[in-house]
Amino acid sequence: MTVIGWLQIILFCAIIVALAKPLGWYMTLVFNGERTFLSPVLRPVESGLYLMSGVDETREQHWLTYTVAMLLFHVGGFLIIYGLMRMQGVLPFNPAGQGAVAEDLSFNTAISFITNTNWQNYGGESTLSYLVQMLGLTHQNFLSAATGIVLAVALIRGFSRASMRTVGNFWVDVTRCTLYVLLPICIVYTLFLVWDGIPQTLGDYVEATTLEGAKQTIAVGPVASQVAIKMLGTNGGGFFNANAAHPFENPTALCNFVQMISIFALGAALTNVFGRMVGNQRQGWAILSVMGVLFLAGVAVTYWAEASGTTTLQALGLTGGNMEGKEVRFGIVASSLFAVVTTAASCGAVNAMHDSFTALGGMIPLINIELGEIIVGGVGAGLYGMLLFVILAIFVAGLMVGRTPEYVGKKIEAREVKMAMLAILVLPLMILGWTAVAVVLPSAVASMANAGPHGFTEVLYAYTSQTGNNGSAFAGLTGNTPFYNITGGLSMFVGRFFMIVPAMAIAGSLAEKKSIPPSMGTFPTTGGLFVGLVVGVILIMGGLTFFPALALGPIVEHLAMNAGQIF
Amino acid sequence: MLREIRPAIVLLLALTAITGLAYPLAMTGIAGVLFPTQAQGSLIEKDGKVIGSTLIGQEFEDDKYFHGRPSATLAPDPADSTKTVSAPYNAANSGGSNLGPTSKALADRLKEDVDRLKAENPNVAVPVDLVTTSGSGLDPHISPEAAQFQVPRVAKVRSMSEESVRQIVAANTEGRLLGLIGEPRVNVLALNLVLDKAAK
Repeated sequence: MTVIGWLQIILFCAIIVALAKPLGWYMTLVFNGERTFLSPVLRPVESGLYLMSGVDETREQHWLTYTVAMLLFHVGGFLIIYGLMRMQGVLPFNPAGQGAVAEDLSFNTAISFITNTNWQNYGGESTLSYLVQMLGLTHQNFLSAATGIVLAVALIRGFSRASMRTVGNFWVDVTRCTLYVLLPICIVYTLFLVWDGIPQTLGDYVEATTLEGAKQTIAVGPVASQVAIKMLGTNGGGFFNANAAHPFENPTALCNFVQMISIFALGAALTNVFGRMVGNQRQGWAILSVMGVLFLAGVAVTYWAEASGTTTLQALGLTGGNMEGKEVRFGIVASSLFAVVTTAASCGAVNAMHDSFTALGGMIPLINIELGEIIVGGVGAGLYGMLLFVILAIFVAGLMVGRTPEYVGKKIEAREVKMAMLAILVLPLMILGWTAVAVVLPSAVASMANAGPHGFTEVLYAYTSQTGNNGSAFAGLTGNTPFYNITGGLSMFVGRFFMIVPAMAIAGSLAEKKSIPPSMGTFPTTGGLFVGLVVGVILIMGGLTFFPALALGPIVEHLAMNAGQIF
Repeated sequence: MLREIRPAIVLLLALTAITGLAYPLAMTGIAGVLFPTQAQGSLIEKDGKVIGSTLIGQEFEDDKYFHGRPSATLAPDPADSTKTVSAPYNAANSGGSNLGPTSKALADRLKEDVDRLKAENPNVAVPVDLVTTSGSGLDPHISPEAAQFQVPRVAKVRSMSEESVRQIVAANTEGRLLGLIGEPRVNVLALNLVLDKAAK
């Protein structure tokens, strides 16, 4: 670890905090339906869309209608991607002549993109046409991100409203989020990315003759426009197989730094939106503090582990940390920071191969996802995930003093706690359940690339990443088999929607409640005690649930490595 | 609930057209005008022929060139399309080795490479990036240490003084942005092009 390394990390955190307030202010305007500086241009487009689709923007929806609208929207999204992939061979914008994608891989990829996971069982440049990348994947990068954000906004409205039966209008929220938030930022961002070196072309793959006379086929494409939204929307699906490690997806250290900021920017700003909507920005800062504590702890461990290297490297006299699977322009610190950022948020883009991380360095990404990606988290998903933990923490605090818990003016009662628990239990069910099945099936075990405990970690990571809708991978695992495609697809589906529906039920039930003013007996939720309590609840829940599995994977591997064992 | 079906279809198709076609195609058009070189992939041409991209590493085996890092990229086996074979710096199929910290395959590969490099230059410690594969398999850079390590070999083959080669390496070393962000590095293809030019 170096001073310059830590300065990069501190600078990153400072920028995220500085951006939270202005972005939070702007997003609050958008979701309150107020005028913004972009309204003169975008308002006519917005009205036109409502007119065409028969949406009455003044009519709000009950939480159940809101949820059904969201689900219908996703059924359509699934069909578009699946259809495009199956038919890509006969469709245009296909200079590399990619053929139809197999049924199981199309199923997995379609689910992957509608759930904001972007798990890659396909290799972008070797499997997909430009049309599928744009019309199939880029569009769903926008819409799944918008969906995550608006669901969080609906839950926030549950807290901020009183005695109301509605939580907003899904169609209006999703349209405004796409037009006013995501699209304008992405347009500017794409131009920055191209300036920095990311290709944006519909031309053929380039045939080059290298300096030594060999042939090199260089895959290009409309990359920048997709990278912009993949980062901003915490989608993470790479245009290329190597994702953000590929020099065309992440050409410079500056680009890498900006990409990390864009992963966290909207998620962090949503905590400020929460504070503004419930009428006290300090409530938002308290939540961001919980995230910050957990984030810095993770960064410290991964950075330390990667900088220390492995016993294999040390035995050969190789110093400078674990560079296997990392790029020189990023080095140890930017690779470690990126790995923690991408898994703390549910982004899943990678700028280094997590499979080649040290045992402990790779365990932090795993833990980040298993805690529910609530450390900033996916756009929207991180905030509603975090609020579920807050509800549990408040409930625990209420039990300790023996009075009905309250949070930002709402009584937290049995229904909310049950729903929060239900949503949180989905993670271990899918992650541990499918991992257990996979490690006893010989055909699934055959997919492991590494022997020993590391092979187990590859499988655990696969289901963790898919259930958590992250999308990063211990990529050695051969995931493109019918078994992994189908069980992974189910994990992504359940991990996304079985968390959303209970969260929306909470939104609905909170919106109907009366708002009660704080009294002498109200537990203050803006101070250090509250932050500590929530961190504790998150760690205890995650620790108790996943520690046994982690002990079998990264922990035993670390101990074996220190004992000089290789597999 | 039935009234939600029309927006589910119409709004989905409209937003898909905006974000999936209008946005990427408009960006392609604008980027092509503003930044034509980068938009095409930062290609380098020599005598009218494309010899590569400044951003994409390529394989160097000749002793007169500086070598890049080992690459773990693969290509379909010409004899059997269900299998893959090693194809370093295959820019149509990026990827890393994905070998873990306790992998025997990785330990064996590292030992072999370290022994080979020690034989070439026994006086200096082997830089770690010169024996580890990158995440993309297309890393265009090596560390300044890795470049300095290769100076004696390159200078000898090219009949140049080590000092003059070292100067060329130093001139082609990029530092951290603002002294803070990123890592010092040398672009291997750019360095080799400069060397070839100096030789003429």
